[in-house]
Amino acid sequence: MQIFDPSIFPVLFADGLTNGAVYALLALALVLVFSVTRVIFIPIGEFVVFGTLTLAALQSGKVPGTLGLLLVLLGVAAIMQAFGQFRAGQSSRGLTTLVGGAVIGAVLWFAIGALAPMKLPLLLQSLITLLLVAPLGPLIYRVVYQPLQNATVLVLLIASVALHMVLSGLALVFFGPEGSRTPPFLSGDLKLGQVTVSQQSLLVILASAMLMMGLFFFFERTMIGKALRATAVNRVGARLVGISPTASGTLTFLLAALIGGVSGMLIGPSVAMGYDSGFLIGLKGFIGAIIGGLVSFPLAAGGAVLVGLIESFASFSLSAWKEVIVFTLILPVLLWRSLITKHIPEDEE
Amino acid sequence: MSGNLLEVSDLHTRYGRVEALSGVSLSVPQGHIVSVIGANGAGKTTLMNSVMGLLPSQGTVLYGGEPMHNVPLEARVARGMCLVPERRDLFASMSVQDNLTLGAYSRRRESWKADLDDVYRRFPRLLERRTQLAGTLSGGEQQMLAIGRALMGKPKLLLLDEPSLGLAPLIVRDILLMVKHLRDDGLTVLLVEQNARASLAISDEAYVLETGAVKMSGPAAELIRNPELTASYLGG
Ligand SMILES: Nc1ncnc2c1ncn2[C@@H]1O[C@H](COP(=O)(O)OP(=O)(O)OP(=O)(O)O)[C@@H](O)[C@H]1O
Ligand SMILES: [Mg+2]
Repeated sequence: MQIFDPSIFPVLFADGLTNGAVYALLALALVLVFSVTRVIFIPIGEFVVFGTLTLAALQSGKVPGTLGLLLVLLGVAAIMQAFGQFRAGQSSRGLTTLVGGAVIGAVLWFAIGALAPMKLPLLLQSLITLLLVAPLGPLIYRVVYQPLQNATVLVLLIASVALHMVLSGLALVFFGPEGSRTPPFLSGDLKLGQVTVSQQSLLVILASAMLMMGLFFFFERTMIGKALRATAVNRVGARLVGISPTASGTLTFLLAALIGGVSGMLIGPSVAMGYDSGFLIGLKGFIGAIIGGLVSFPLAAGGAVLVGLIESFASFSLSAWKEVIVFTLILPVLLWRSLITKHIPEDEE
Repeated sequence: MSGNLLEVSDLHTRYGRVEALSGVSLSVPQGHIVSVIGANGAGKTTLMNSVMGLLPSQGTVLYGGEPMHNVPLEARVARGMCLVPERRDLFASMSVQDNLTLGAYSRRRESWKADLDDVYRRFPRLLERRTQLAGTLSGGEQQMLAIGRALMGKPKLLLLDEPSLGLAPLIVRDILLMVKHLRDDGLTVLLVEQNARASLAISDEAYVLETGAVKMSGPAAELIRNPELTASYLGG
């Protein structure tokens, strides 16, 4: 067994960086969701799966299973919302919610049914994929997490574990047991000196970097982005200036679902994705997020890239041990974190 | 409107089995400063939080003549009710200027640039430190920022919970003077204070709270001469 062959290092490095970039996106989504809503969002991996499988279905001209999932969630969310409105005595609003939900559902049903078999260009298919995956975030927030808004971190975590199992179960129902891969957005290689890198890898790294920059701009420059940060920093303070925690939570989950879906499309060509692949992928983002203490964006992104690199080198030299090595990483990281962080009481507000 | 911007009647608030407010009634006339004084644990903060909608409570809160029973906190803010909480609840890891602009969140469709200038005019210290992180400000500066942030919401009713907490007497005077100026500019203020003498001096009316109930009330100028009050709250 040849463990160290330096000539292959650049290739491993490029591979690691590519996957690491996607893990970094997931880590950012996890940090974002945790800091705004205190939810440890284990099901982020399911959104990656939905992204890949939706695009794969559209590629083969089939109606993606995501549509069914979306309609079910839309129905449940609309009923819950309307129930709350009826109870508050706002019956006309409740009726609007129900009718609106039904109309949106019907439009989606017919539109996707008509568009899916047309085998549109890849870019349009990607847009449809995001249109189907992104709304799952806010709907899941409405159905699962919004009613638990005042629950403890532990209760929210238990809800996340349950949700993860429900979603991967539903993925089996709606997508079936076979896995699929999506085609790369770009084919062909690029020669950089001695090293050949696939254009797809470069695209993934570039797209991740751009998405991160976009997020940075959103949080630093826009009022709504600042409002999300404010909610993360001080929930009571945010409410006192009129930022509704429900609106913040909804927006956060929209962003998380969007990031998950994009990640799924980016990583789809390099990983064989099945209904149950989400957990492992999400966990790798999670290690990055833990390195950032679930609060620091740059540390989380850096940590996730490191996970990608370690995974890549480990899979080459000790492939049977790949996952073991990656996940064992969490132990020294936790130890290191517990040494450097001051203990913060859970409910600081 | 009969002239009362805020009317609270028979307000009850409980923490689990403990009743912290047992039937508090008070009214805040438009354009007045009304102060609530009371010892530690009397229920002053509970009262402010209940009026604002941070805590669930029983009883009626009329704001501008409208019942606030079904109005969530965020909507109260949008209607011009702004609370400066006892703990200030600033956005510690964000800049002074970001804290202030977020204060205008509930009216982000209007222009608030002029109000930012106004806050900086009232608190020149904040202008000097506008890029500094809120968490690194001194206690007095944090209190100014907390009031400034509330003013950015263009309040009609300002609820101030112990603005003098932990501040040096000189700064307390500055801040209470500032509150008086705000009243002179037309703002209505409900003020909670430990520092009874200083707050009565700038108030129009006052209420004395004791273990969750109103013990005494009346025009501030009368209360300040009340012997019973003098003995227990004004240090003899
Ligand atoms: N979250 C809570 N849970 C249980 N009891 C509480 C809670 N908050 C306040 N209390 C109790 O309610 C009573 C009133 O508290 P409150 O904070 O309103 O007093 P206060 O008048 O603001 O006092 P201070 O001057 O010290 O700020 C106190 O006896 C307090 O112990
Ligand atoms: Mg208090």
